[in-house]
Amino acid sequence: MNSLSRRKFLKITGATAGLVVAGSTLGGLVKKSNAYIDKKYENGKGVKKIPTFCDLCFWKCGSIAYVKNGELWKIEGNPEDPLSRGRLCPRGTGGPGAFRDPDRLKSPLIRKTERGQEQWVEVTWDEALSYIADKMNRIKTSFGPESMAYFVHGIGGNFIKHMMKAYGTPNISAPSFAQCRGPRDIGFRLTFGEDVGSPERMDIQNAKCLVLIGSHLGENMHNTQVQEFAEMNGAGGSIIVVDPRFSVAAGKAKYYLPIKPGTDIALLLAWMKVIVDENLFDKDYVDKYGFGFEQFKAEIQQYTPEWAYTETGIEPELIRTSAREMAKHKPATLIHSGRHTTWYGDDTQRSRAIALLNALMGSWGRKGGYYYPASMSVPNYPYPPYPKPEKGKVDNPGNTIYPFATEGHDTITNGVREATITGKPYPIKGWITYGTNLLYAMPNQDETLKAIQNLDLLVVVDVVPTELAGWADVVLPESVYLERFDDINVEFFKEPFVALRQPVMDSPNEQKPNWWIAKKLADKLGLGHYFPWNDIEEYIKYRMTAAGLSYDELKKKGIIKGAKQPIFFNEGINPEFPTPSGKIEFYSLQLAGLGHDPVPKFKKHKEPPPGFFRLIFGRSPVHTFSKTQNNKLLTEMQDENELWLNINIAKRLGVKSGDYVKLKNQDGVVSNKIKVKATERIRQDCVYMTHGFGHTSKKLRQAFLKGASDSQMITQYTVDPLMGGTGMNVNFVTLEL
Amino acid sequence: MARFGMVIDTKKCVGCMDCVVACKTENNVPEGFCRDWIATDSKGTFPNIQMQIRTERCNHCDSPPCVSCCPCGASHVHDLGGVVLVHHDKCSGCKACIAACPYDARFINPDGYADKCTFCIHRVEEGLNPACVSVCPTRCMYFGDLDDPNSEVSRLLNSRKNKALVPEAGTKPQIFYID
Amino acid sequence: MNEFTTTRSNHLVDPVMHIYGWEIAVYLFLGGLVAGMMIVSGYFLYRGREKEDTCSCLYLPTLGIILLSIGMFALFLDLDYKVHVWRMYTTFQIASPMSWGAWILILVYPALILNMIIRLPWYLPTKLKFLFTWSEKLNSNPNYVKAVGIINMVLGIMLGVYTGILLSSFGARPLWNSAILGLLFLVSGLSTASALVHLITKNKEESITLAKADNGFLMAELVILFLFIIGLLSSTQVHINAADIILSGAYAPAFWVFVVGLGIVIPLIIQSLAVRHKIKHTPVAPIMVIAGGLVLRFVIVYAGQLSHWTKKAFLE
Ligand SMILES: Nc1nc2c(c(=O)[nH]1)N[C@H]1C(S)=C(S)[C@@H](COP(=O)(O)OP(=O)(O)OC[C@H]3O[C@@H](n4cnc5c(=O)[nH]c(N)nc54)[C@H](O)[C@@H]3O)O[C@H]1N2
Ligand SMILES: Nc1nc2c(c(=O)[nH]1)N[C@H]1C(S)=C(S)[C@@H](COP(=O)(O)OP(=O)(O)OC[C@H]3O[C@@H](n4cnc5c(=O)[nH]c(N)nc54)[C@H](O)[C@@H]3O)O[C@H]1N2
Ligand code: SF4
Ligand code: SF4
Ligand code: SF4
Ligand code: SF4
Ligand code: SF4
Ligand SMILES: [Mo]
Repeated sequence: MNSLSRRKFLKITGATAGLVVAGSTLGGLVKKSNAYIDKKYENGKGVKKIPTFCDLCFWKCGSIAYVKNGELWKIEGNPEDPLSRGRLCPRGTGGPGAFRDPDRLKSPLIRKTERGQEQWVEVTWDEALSYIADKMNRIKTSFGPESMAYFVHGIGGNFIKHMMKAYGTPNISAPSFAQCRGPRDIGFRLTFGEDVGSPERMDIQNAKCLVLIGSHLGENMHNTQVQEFAEMNGAGGSIIVVDPRFSVAAGKAKYYLPIKPGTDIALLLAWMKVIVDENLFDKDYVDKYGFGFEQFKAEIQQYTPEWAYTETGIEPELIRTSAREMAKHKPATLIHSGRHTTWYGDDTQRSRAIALLNALMGSWGRKGGYYYPASMSVPNYPYPPYPKPEKGKVDNPGNTIYPFATEGHDTITNGVREATITGKPYPIKGWITYGTNLLYAMPNQDETLKAIQNLDLLVVVDVVPTELAGWADVVLPESVYLERFDDINVEFFKEPFVALRQPVMDSPNEQKPNWWIAKKLADKLGLGHYFPWNDIEEYIKYRMTAAGLSYDELKKKGIIKGAKQPIFFNEGINPEFPTPSGKIEFYSLQLAGLGHDPVPKFKKHKEPPPGFFRLIFGRSPVHTFSKTQNNKLLTEMQDENELWLNINIAKRLGVKSGDYVKLKNQDGVVSNKIKVKATERIRQDCVYMTHGFGHTSKKLRQAFLKGASDSQMITQYTVDPLMGGTGMNVNFVTLEL
Repeated sequence: MARFGMVIDTKKCVGCMDCVVACKTENNVPEGFCRDWIATDSKGTFPNIQMQIRTERCNHCDSPPCVSCCPCGASHVHDLGGVVLVHHDKCSGCKACIAACPYDARFINPDGYADKCTFCIHRVEEGLNPACVSVCPTRCMYFGDLDDPNSEVSRLLNSRKNKALVPEAGTKPQIFYID
Repeated sequence: MNEFTTTRSNHLVDPVMHIYGWEIAVYLFLGGLVAGMMIVSGYFLYRGREKEDTCSCLYLPTLGIILLSIGMFALFLDLDYKVHVWRMYTTFQIASPMSWGAWILILVYPALILNMIIRLPWYLPTKLKFLFTWSEKLNSNPNYVKAVGIINMVLGIMLGVYTGILLSSFGARPLWNSAILGLLFLVSGLSTASALVHLITKNKEESITLAKADNGFLMAELVILFLFIIGLLSSTQVHINAADIILSGAYAPAFWVFVVGLGIVIPLIIQSLAVRHKIKHTPVAPIMVIAGGLVLRFVIVYAGQLSHWTKKAFLE
């Protein structure tokens, strides 16, 4: 039906419905309103819908890309997909901006002059890959394959990872561990024996009480979490937010706790004391599954709310009331694990305290708490076994430095960086980076640059000319996610599913997908036998067939779901806790044995000197780290970051919203200018900005020098002794007006 | 006849701007302009703050001054659902309608005509929700027939306290906010 | 503390509205001026003084046509979809003051032409024979002349009032939203037109008559301005805030100094003294009046766009 006749049709139905109503019943009108908004979409002419999954961040939401007359029109959520639930976040919706970015890398580049001068020659893929293979072979002969390191973020890095393992290096590293979720995963593992994972195994949807400790959902746009957050809030769930800044989530909270930065452990301990003292915890659960509860109880006796008040600045009564509020809703009280948890260097212990609070609520394994993720069994491709590296991971030889950053975890980025600088325990001579901008992701840019100067080879695989690419020897232009297949996503989630990323558009220039790059480079390295398939579709088809699933269906729907599986104890999950004691460890002998606190303890952190503010940072809902500031669709929403400054301080300093200031940190580093947001919504002892702005790469024409870079200000960091994560909320800044 | 309107649950809205991005891609809104936007209203002193975040757009008013003031008959009320629209080819770009709108919901498209939210009438005619409504990750926006007592929007309005924006301006706005 | 932020930043709408610039101010000014000229010269016709060598009869109609055309050209410049200008004349929108205005302007031209040909200006090309015939016909009966006078006065009033109603119909801009604006612009138009005649006429008697008239108009204007402001101040908070923009806000200097002081009060004093023969007539006073009339339009057009119902930043 064309639109005109449809309109007529609607009018007629409307009129008829009107008559029916006039007659007596309302039934007709109900149908009419459905006719307007509930009907299934019919494709207009010339519109193609292609299912794929998003890559504006690493959440991997199922999407449907609309191509109208050969042009990319828009991207929507795939309703079949449990992650997106049919809706993307603003970044996902802004995906076309990544495809259209006029500053995209177009062809492989080889450095012509000194590092960092950004003088390049355009070369063919063959030249670029031969150059890399030659260098890699030399590194292998002179130093061993372990001297190559790989930095990766995202599923797109899988094939190069495979290539690097085949080459023989154990040093596969990701900022998403030591600069992000590492401490939390270790903290939870020390307590429950298992990680929280990504996507986090949290049933926010069914939580009756949600506690957010710095997790700024609503600004942090991890899609499913935000959706479930809104849903539980809409259903009248109780929300408690702990943040030095009145975040978006704080605006939805029943209790907002304006904590002094860096004192969360004190609050957590006091909360737990109140809950234990007042017998508000899930006693059966703790009796049944807990280990060392009595020691734990004795240990936390000292932490009264009055004591915590002196540390955190939160009124004792508020600590008590909020603790009781949590207890009221247990076990559906979900204390969010946090994700970006590398704040102060004692983050594993803070995460453990969060885990313990959850244990007191009995939320692990329960509805409205932490579930046991379901997954489909999709066999891996049968590759030849990887060579076994002669040397262990460079960051943590013999697991002696960071006892819990063990083999199962990603190599610590800052560990690799240090080894690259010092040559110890063995030299690192080559880096390949994929989908990560280390100059933004890692603290202390000088150290990163220093490490880079020691390299024989730096290969950057990216889609735009980032700051890091500016220092590379070879820059490889990747196709953006809308132009490529990637490895299938076999997700661990509430329900099992497999998802496919597939091309929607052709790459506009010489860009190539990662699988192609990995396979070609492997060929040049004489590792071709590790890539026995001809192209990625063959690879995916193999895996799908081996799993007994239809590749055609996957292509058509973008997603295939498996049968529902139990995810909670009451659904048949066996309460197993793979800790040394086999139980939830309120008291950790493991930690005690290594000389660490078996129950978390609060330690004071350095405070900002007079005239300085602690620099804290977080997410803008419309941007992802440092990777979207050149995406016009998204910069139209926000093209620079702002410096949140308490309004009273602003008045005292004589600045007002909209004024530009520069920041100077404790080490004298001065930032680009940043706009002030003078607001009641933040404490007086800290300033806040969103991460990812202040780009210094001239080739990012949209992003260049817009706003200030938190990464640049983060010259200090505190390393977590348990797992090597870098606490980054430990920098202090003054304002230069 | 139908009377289209929206109900927006500000309790759920997080101000993520997905609705703004979606409107831009769906409707090809030119660079530098938006048909919908986010307002954040906060009151109080730290830490005792009340905050409302909401998505705003043309209110498709029931007595739309932007329509009555238009000398060309370009601004008009659509047959379907009382949606306020602009005929691009009748518009002279005189901007009377822009001056007339108390919500500043309109702007001049670089092509010369007055532009604003259409309630995505092209989608509504296809039986779909407006783009902003259909993408919103928090599902805080509801679109439907206010004249139909059984529609979701009517039921929400009947069951929860609601307020339109600046009703004093006298234009009878058809977007309602609940919190 | 109230904090309000919006992500909207549409060109010419945010952070403050600025859709109308000098074009509209000039158009409203010239519209008002021409309205006043029509009334003045219509009055001379009505009083049967068309034979006198007054500027009002000899030059005002032609000047009116020229000034109105300049004004309309300014209006045209303001349109953002210029090739669609004709769309205004394919329809009459009864609720739209702008539509009324468009059609009034269409009627004003023939009225001015009729007025003009009663005293055929020497510079009209003699080839336009029909004008001469019409002129003769019109002059054949004094009632015809009277009628033209009345038509000019009526249309002049409509035009003058319309320039104000155009703005005051915008309920969305609290500063404009006052019915008095029509009267204000009409009286200001009369005052500037009188000042113009006073300034340019060579006819002594006419000059003094119009100076006297102008004094009356200026006084009336003061009263109307006062009522206008009182009206706003006794209305809702948004209207009070709107009045503040010209009373003490961004446009207060322009308003007090150029509109009230130099545009009304001082020339009024000068002209009052002059008509009482205390001082000599000076062109300074009428020039000030004319300039004041122009500034009045600028102030009202610009300040009105600042005034607002919904912009919290403005409200607080
Ligand atoms: N839009 C968008 N969403 C994202 C991302 C993105 O790039 N863009 N990235 C995703 C990724 S990978 C991650 S890891 C997450 C990160 O997001 P989250 O894990 O939610 O948050 P963080 O970045 O750790 O913390 C930021 C918040 O912590 C507060 N804060 C700072 N210091 C303290 C403190 O000492 N105590 C407490 N209690 N609060 C403090 C800040 O005020 C801010 O509100 O976001 C994810 N979601
Ligand atoms: N100062 C500071 N540092 C932080 C954080 C912070 O908040 N503040 N957050 C930390 C956290 S939580 C995390 S998870 C990490 C994230 O750190 P990273 O993952 O390094 O994040 P980005 O800085 O966005 O770098 C991503 C890079 O991938 C590139 N890219 C985008 N799409 C593609 C593609 O399709 N293919 C390829 N090959 N490349 C692509 C982008 O251009 C960009 O250069 O940063 C951590 N570091
Ligand atoms: S959370 Fe947003 S950016 Fe991340 S994958 Fe999902 S839609 Fe894309
Ligand atoms: S998309 Fe939804 S939650 Fe996000 S700003 Fe718009 S209305 Fe609010
Ligand atoms: S909101 Fe403004 S543009 Fe929309 S209908 Fe009302 S007056 Fe007209
Ligand atoms: S700008 Fe266009 S739509 Fe608006 S009033 Fe003028 S002609 Fe009508
Ligand atoms: S209804 Fe359509 S046009 Fe209006 S704001 Fe939403 S997406 Fe934009
Ligand atoms: Mo992260």
